[in-house]
Amino acid sequence: MGSQSFAIFDPDRRFYRKRPNFMTDNRCVLSILVDNQPAVLARVVGLFGGRGYNIESLCVAETIDPLVSRITLVTRGADAILEQIKKQLNKLINVIKVHTLTDAEFVDREMALVKVHAKPHSRAEILRIVDIFRCKVVDVGLDHYTIEVTGDQGKLNAITSLLKPIGIKEIARTGVIALFRDPK
Amino acid sequence: MELTGAQILLKSLQAEEVDTLFGYPGAVIVDVYDEMEKTGLHHVLVRHEQGAVHAADGYARASGKVGVCLVTSGPGATNTVTGLAAAYMDSIPLVILSGQVPTHLIGNDAFQEVDIVGITRPCTKHNYLVPRVEDLAGIIKEAFHIARTGRPGPVLIDLPKNVLADKALYTPPGPVQLRSYNPTYHPNSKQLKKVARLIQEARQPVILSGGGIILSRASEPLRQLARSAQIPVTSTLMGLGAFPGSDPLWLGMLGMHGTYRANMVTGACDLMIAVGVRFDDRVTGRTDTFASQAQIVHIDIDPTSIHKNVHVSTPVVGDCNISLILLNRMLRDMAPEYTPESRRQWLEQIDAWKRTNPMAYTQAEVIKPQFVIEKLYEVTQGDAVITTDVGQHQMFTAQYYPFDQPNQLITSGGLGAMGFGLPAAIGAQTALPDKRVINIAGDGSIQMNIQELSTAMQACLPIKVVILNNGFLGMVRQFQELFCEKRYAGTRLEHTPDFVKLAEAYGAVGLRAAKPEEVEPVLREGLSAPGLVIMEFMVEKEECVYPMVPAGEPVTSMLLA
Repeated sequence: MGSQSFAIFDPDRRFYRKRPNFMTDNRCVLSILVDNQPAVLARVVGLFGGRGYNIESLCVAETIDPLVSRITLVTRGADAILEQIKKQLNKLINVIKVHTLTDAEFVDREMALVKVHAKPHSRAEILRIVDIFRCKVVDVGLDHYTIEVTGDQGKLNAITSLLKPIGIKEIARTGVIALFRDPK
Repeated sequence: MELTGAQILLKSLQAEEVDTLFGYPGAVIVDVYDEMEKTGLHHVLVRHEQGAVHAADGYARASGKVGVCLVTSGPGATNTVTGLAAAYMDSIPLVILSGQVPTHLIGNDAFQEVDIVGITRPCTKHNYLVPRVEDLAGIIKEAFHIARTGRPGPVLIDLPKNVLADKALYTPPGPVQLRSYNPTYHPNSKQLKKVARLIQEARQPVILSGGGIILSRASEPLRQLARSAQIPVTSTLMGLGAFPGSDPLWLGMLGMHGTYRANMVTGACDLMIAVGVRFDDRVTGRTDTFASQAQIVHIDIDPTSIHKNVHVSTPVVGDCNISLILLNRMLRDMAPEYTPESRRQWLEQIDAWKRTNPMAYTQAEVIKPQFVIEKLYEVTQGDAVITTDVGQHQMFTAQYYPFDQPNQLITSGGLGAMGFGLPAAIGAQTALPDKRVINIAGDGSIQMNIQELSTAMQACLPIKVVILNNGFLGMVRQFQELFCEKRYAGTRLEHTPDFVKLAEAYGAVGLRAAKPEEVEPVLREGLSAPGLVIMEFMVEKEECVYPMVPAGEPVTSMLLA
């Protein structure tokens, strides 16, 4: 995972470049419903690897229907590449439906567990940050707190940047999960 | 009644009307072979599993049916990978049945165990590992359905030994229903109307036909469209034969080794109707200048082909045959806006290109490869199924042997797999026992699957093999001549066997022509002899395929000699 080089369609010159361009590339959150069968994830991930597409984050779990899993995948690319990604995903036999959440209103959440160094002089400061961000302390030790943070990427980035100077021992992030907002 | 997995497998194959298998036995599929003996299914024993897949590929192309292979686990399975990739690139319907170690040993690095489902995931349309004998019949039905519908392709089924031995009740499965797989056959009629209007308005149109025309059997409506609207036709390598090579509207193949006029037409046309193509880089050259004056219509059953390499103005997702039939109907109902007069200028321009730069070579003391192909066309009168390997001989065949019928040329286009031609000829001859099947090969590529001569002899297949021997890996040598200042690194073929003696060693007939005047007599003698014949032609060593578009250049900038 992480960023790889990928092809970009240049609409003016009608051909593809194999170089990411963060000025013109769009972030795209895909919600992919797949058959809940062995190795289906391998097919999806193999497609991205083999064709040089980028995966920023990936989340998989069973849905309410035990025969179906939902993969929430965040990718980045020029519009033509994103179109190819969706078509290629749809071409996989085990892919039931691909939704582009970023095409409409959607809610997204990510969770992180952040283990921070907690020395006597910083413990109060950490708890204040936890309070401001409405997080939870889920584990305490003599020299650490483990904090559970849930929110969108902006919130997670904000809290990690505040905790970083205090000292982050370890961090585990889930990647994005998301759903369309339905009409009220 | 309860049946074993092996029995269910064979029953399921018969339900799919499979009559021929190409295969190679091994420890874990011995039960299937045992059962097969009892059913009377025709089995062609190959000498290498790569040969089995290419043979099934040739069989599928020649017969229009699904080609089926049976191989063992481990090396048997890995040897199919090149064949699978070739069939996948060219969209050929195959079902590969591979043996696997028993389910309880999977993951233990057992003897002849390999994760073939993992290995072949990117080079099959779909693949399966059968977990239980109860799932077997359903999976086989699904596999054949997936292989032959939509954009066809190869499907692999991995069969653990215990699944083949376990027993279950066999009930023929009902129709396949896959909620996640519904190919679009019927095109959007609004889009198609747009296409009809574009055709009416176009002054300088061209049709680019591809392998999809052959796969969907759209050759008839293609001919009708071209002739009724007077549109010249060019084609990719995979599409050769769909439009007759002898028709006055035929431009020849386009692309890297396309004809001068076909490539010039792509640069000058104002409408390109691309049907069943995927705009491979060998066809388009530099894409930003490809058909830059034209509106491009793209009809294809695979949505991923559209906008993949070339941005098109009017995409139509649908089956080529259905789309063209509907398009012809629409055009017939519209009053034609073009007149033969308004098309005359365009066709005259094309004629002028043909006159100034025709396909040509000069035959001197040494045999020219082009001369052999032209003579072969003369002697066969165009009535033969031709398989090729990959390289210069393949391009000379595409350029100098006009094909009038679809599926008359069987060649590895997308993957460009050397060693394809001989096993593909075995498959084609198996499908068409009364047809004349000729494999055109080079001295390099024939040696990549030469062991299959033995297969052809054992199966009594009267294949004719034409070897153009230039002592080089000619296509790469040509690149080296043009772009590496003639440093022929690794392309000289020395100690090549004496093909005449080799033919005799296999029990076949071997003939050789070393002078131009011997070419025709050798062809006549070889083609009229019964059984397998190898004809070797000692051709010009450093001949190049022209025209040539250097990689990454616009197709209109060709090297002509």
